[in-house]
Amino acid sequence: MLCLTSPVETPAHRWRPGIKFALLCAATFVLLAIDSLVFQVAAFFACLLLFALPGRTFFLAGMRALKPLWPFVVILIVWHGITQDMADGLAIVLRLMTAVGLATLVTMTTRLSDMMDFVRWALQPLARFGLQTRLVELGIALVIRFTPALAAQGRQLAQSWRARARQKPRWRLILPLTVAAIDDAEQVAQALRARGGLMPHNSGVPTPARTE
Amino acid sequence: MERSLALIALFAALIAALGLIPSFTLAFGVPVTAQTLGVMLCGTVLGAKRGTMAVLLFLVLVAIGLPFLAGGRGGLGVFAGPTVGFLVGWPVAAFVTGLIVERWRGANLAVVATVASIIGGIIILYAFGIVGMSVILERTLLEAAGLVTAFIPGDVIKAVLAGLLTAALFKARPASVLSRSSSDG
Repeated sequence: MLCLTSPVETPAHRWRPGIKFALLCAATFVLLAIDSLVFQVAAFFACLLLFALPGRTFFLAGMRALKPLWPFVVILIVWHGITQDMADGLAIVLRLMTAVGLATLVTMTTRLSDMMDFVRWALQPLARFGLQTRLVELGIALVIRFTPALAAQGRQLAQSWRARARQKPRWRLILPLTVAAIDDAEQVAQALRARGGLMPHNSGVPTPARTE
Repeated sequence: MERSLALIALFAALIAALGLIPSFTLAFGVPVTAQTLGVMLCGTVLGAKRGTMAVLLFLVLVAIGLPFLAGGRGGLGVFAGPTVGFLVGWPVAAFVTGLIVERWRGANLAVVATVASIIGGIIILYAFGIVGMSVILERTLLEAAGLVTAFIPGDVIKAVLAGLLTAALFKARPASVLSRSSSDG
């Protein structure tokens, strides 16, 4: 379930994430700056080609990521059909799909560990303002660890509900799920404290566990 | 410190888990994701500062490629799409919602949290969402607003639920409702 990186290895998987981000920013800027329909058509097909190059599996996964855009595509096409300026409408639709497509390409070709390195690098300037980047990394790790756990708990609560009632549980699961999240958080906090806590310790000696 | 971080992380995970719960349909058969409800709860339960941090942490995870948005969406693509305004508005929504719950102490918590969720999670959030949609789809603000009004009734129901849930949580785990407790974790 976790991570949208494509298992199909491409040369771009080996590029540094910083370079891919810079390219993405530059490409998006150019897409926004040029209004010509011919350019937008060319850019869209170039983007499709990039999706097609690594093979069928990669292409289909990419197209799945673009699927949530179709309601907007339909609305824009119908809208511009009525106002009779289809060229404008097509340019907007193509620009939207190319921009989302290129961003999706970066996500699909960058491993989570590389993304984490990039986040660490990007947070460096904020460290000067007192942000402890170590805490952000720990936070990210905790969310990745606890999301499947909470989702599993949610499914279990739904099953227990169905065993007792004929209606669907709907919103009634949210309260027990939130209580579970809070209880998990209190336990994690205790465990973190027991392992020396999060206060910065420059000496390398863990601070003693506090009992509260 | 440990408690703050753990609650922030677990509420970020809660927003993600709420997106994974399938077939969440509220009244009138309107299918809505419970994730905005998660954002409202971040504000009403964790308060302005920590609620905002939980939502920001969640968005960082979405950006680095985890499929945590409803329907398994995620990655950088969602930040180039027409709904980007709503994502940008989420932390602000949590902040405003949390700030109202922290400051307005006189009234019943369910009422306060509901009103706070409507102001933060609907009025503020839609302002961001509508601006984002008008920029990406090249519509006027009024046209963009027209595209999203269908979702407002569902969100009002979510705001009321957020209010009731916050009051219930305050009974079940009073110490953990940081927006109302003096504990600094």
